[in-house]
Amino acid sequence: MKSYIKRGVIFLAASLVVFCVLFVLIQTDVINAYYSQILMVICINIILALSTNLIINYTGQLTLGHSAFMAIGAYASAFIQMNTGLPFFLSLLCGSVVAAVFGFLIGLPTLRLKGDYLAITTLGFCQIVVVAIQNIDALGGAQGLAGIPPKTTFAWVFFSMIATIAILYNIVHANQGRAMISVREDEIAAEAMGIDTTRYKIMSFTTGAFFAGYAGGLYAFLMMFIDPNSFNFLKSIDFVIYVVLGGTGGFVGCIASTSILTLLPEVLRFLGDLRMVIYPLLLIVIMILRVKNIRVTSFLRRKSGAAKPKERGEDHAAA
Amino acid sequence: MSLIEFLQQLINGVSLGSVYALIALGYTMVYGIIGLINFAHCDIYMVGAYIGFFVATYARLPFIPALLIAMLGSALLGVVIERVAYKPLRRTTNINLLITAIGVSLLLENGFNAMFGGNPRTYPGDILKQQTVMFGPIRSDALHLIILGISLLLLVLLNLFVNHTKMGRAMRATSLDKDAAALMGINVNTTISMTFAIGSALAGAAGMLVAILYSSLDPYMGMMPGIKSFVAAVLGGIGLIPGAFVGGIILGVVETFMAAINSKIAGAVAFVILIVILIIKPTGLLGKAVKEKV
Amino acid sequence: MPLLDIENITIKFGGLTAVSDFSISMEENDLFGLIGPNGAGKTTVFNMLTGVYAPTSGKIVFNGESIQGIQPHQITKKKISRTFQNIRLMKNLSVMDNIKVSYAYQAHYSLVSSIFRLPSYFRQEEEIEKKSLDLLKIFGLLELKNEKACNLPYGQQRRLEIARALATQPKLLLLDEPAAGMNPQETQNLMDLIQWIRREFKIAILLIEHDMKLVMGVCENIVVLDYGKIIAQGPPDEIKTNKKVIEAYLGEEAADA
Repeated sequence: MKSYIKRGVIFLAASLVVFCVLFVLIQTDVINAYYSQILMVICINIILALSTNLIINYTGQLTLGHSAFMAIGAYASAFIQMNTGLPFFLSLLCGSVVAAVFGFLIGLPTLRLKGDYLAITTLGFCQIVVVAIQNIDALGGAQGLAGIPPKTTFAWVFFSMIATIAILYNIVHANQGRAMISVREDEIAAEAMGIDTTRYKIMSFTTGAFFAGYAGGLYAFLMMFIDPNSFNFLKSIDFVIYVVLGGTGGFVGCIASTSILTLLPEVLRFLGDLRMVIYPLLLIVIMILRVKNIRVTSFLRRKSGAAKPKERGEDHAAA
Repeated sequence: MSLIEFLQQLINGVSLGSVYALIALGYTMVYGIIGLINFAHCDIYMVGAYIGFFVATYARLPFIPALLIAMLGSALLGVVIERVAYKPLRRTTNINLLITAIGVSLLLENGFNAMFGGNPRTYPGDILKQQTVMFGPIRSDALHLIILGISLLLLVLLNLFVNHTKMGRAMRATSLDKDAAALMGINVNTTISMTFAIGSALAGAAGMLVAILYSSLDPYMGMMPGIKSFVAAVLGGIGLIPGAFVGGIILGVVETFMAAINSKIAGAVAFVILIVILIIKPTGLLGKAVKEKV
Repeated sequence: MPLLDIENITIKFGGLTAVSDFSISMEENDLFGLIGPNGAGKTTVFNMLTGVYAPTSGKIVFNGESIQGIQPHQITKKKISRTFQNIRLMKNLSVMDNIKVSYAYQAHYSLVSSIFRLPSYFRQEEEIEKKSLDLLKIFGLLELKNEKACNLPYGQQRRLEIARALATQPKLLLLDEPAAGMNPQETQNLMDLIQWIRREFKIAILLIEHDMKLVMGVCENIVVLDYGKIIAQGPPDEIKTNKKVIEAYLGEEAADA
């Protein structure tokens, strides 16, 4: 208990320092509006990646439909806020709860499926959600929903991210997390040890959906405009890529890979159209090199630690 | 809907379904042999359409030779992709392979977009003449019938190949157990390459046929048909060649009828069917449950 | 009332009857052996007892409750635990975490408690930690507690699997070929361990084993299965001379000789 409190304090202190530094940099325009927007998207993507990580890496269930929950959260919170004028945070929570309810309802029948069957079913669900939103006029249909008030600020996304890290860390390092990991390791053995595997799969899926919905809400109030097609399965695949490139090393790898991969297209912007070719090429090369045991991940991790001091604080806490 | 309309829609549906089946076969064969959802497969379909387009437009080749060249080119591409991108990862977890396949897919799509631009192109109008065929009162498009005919021909050929040749037997053996097959003197690498070649050739053919039918091709044309064909493969029972066929036809027919009723939601129908079938019968229509040995 | 009462359970896979009319009855603290040639249906009996398969017909009563056809994890909660023929440890987890997983179902703090680290979390985690360490100590695995399970030598993995099964606090322990792949010295140690567990934890044990020395050495009652049917049952001495058993193992001529 003592060591936990110590680590928690260090983590909080580190995140506060990082926040203050970034906040000052943004206020003094050292990080301009364009880059501060990217910074916020990185924080949102980290929430999404970590929630995907819980399902894929910790529970071992391959989902290709996580962006559906992001979409549900985004639409639900924006719709609620715009129609009832609920406070920002409460509408975010409402959106997350709606997403979690969907996660639960979808998980109940589909999590019986294994591996690639689950993958394709979640992908299918994602597309169904997209088509459904396209056909709901109250949500703006295929044209998208515009006029969402800009309520997401850097402080909101940053501390939401910190809270997500802390909560998911606490879940993973508890009884529930152990049960989820045992499902990943060996479902039959887990059952034989008295673990209700279905229950923990659904718990993981619902928790993941909750945070995806929350991130979706942040995204909606940041972009002020959302359209259904931007949440299709390709978006889910982005999260899977973050998670897989992050490795099985837990939170730090996942945060690092998400930051790098979100930043990469911006860094490659000078290449024009070619950057859309370079990105997948890099992806393939990294995958092959990684498997060939070249320490690309550790290299990437070091690099990210140097480039973005933010991760160092999290290193301590998650280690 | 009158009976005549119904039959017309049925023909269109079966024809669309046969295209899905052609693509689904590639998915199912590759899945059967290396356990990978080959996300790049739908882009091989796109590349096939482009190859056909170029030889038909610039070399002025007629339909059949253009189709054969498109199939050959696609087959070659499929083999190269497997050798370069998938082979080094064959012994790792599925998810690594899956991400690589997604990478290849994005590479092909964005690469073609960068090279040839995103604007849709059309085949020369004279490659296959649009004409109407009447069966008594039932009106049908000749193109639909040609597509159906070619698809069925390819499916029959594939079936003969897999079930009655030595290479076909090697493919079946490899899909059951790679290591045991290798011990029995089967060249696993050649067999896997062959599987990719055949699957890709069929996808290439499908790509060209569809591009002619809708008189349009663009770098991202493969995405939705690709996903739907994979759904068809899962629907029928993944890894099973007859399953891909059955799944494809069902999907094509249902989707055509749904489009006639409400075109807005037709895009989601495939996935609704998929989820319903998998929940009722998790191994697909023709699949058999294999219980893990405890 | 017996602890475990199996009455005429039968299971069919398609047309194949894997086990038919299997009945045994075990008292608390009994130690039974289940033997038979390969493919006789021994593991299938275990799988029915632990809910992996539901018997086609018949009745299983454990501790006064009917348990056939319920989920494996529910059966574990009714205090039956097992090991597996092909070791099924959580390979990438540490030895300690493997044990802790078995305590998971006994911990009763909620997700909220985990998230906010409420006192109940710390209290129960501490308890789990302590119990796990005690168990590892008993099994001589304490120094290895931070080792990944897959890095353990084979014999230790078997021990860990038994320790893990005991952590669920069963009244009946099912051991599926615990001596498979062990050398004679390790088997000897295992025999001692099994007898010790039975004494110390006061539980009933049913074990499948091919090593006759082990079975004859520790079991007080042996059930012989052939082609899914019980062909003999009794104390080791009786089984050794039973004609049907010799026939099943060695063929008819040997039995006649």
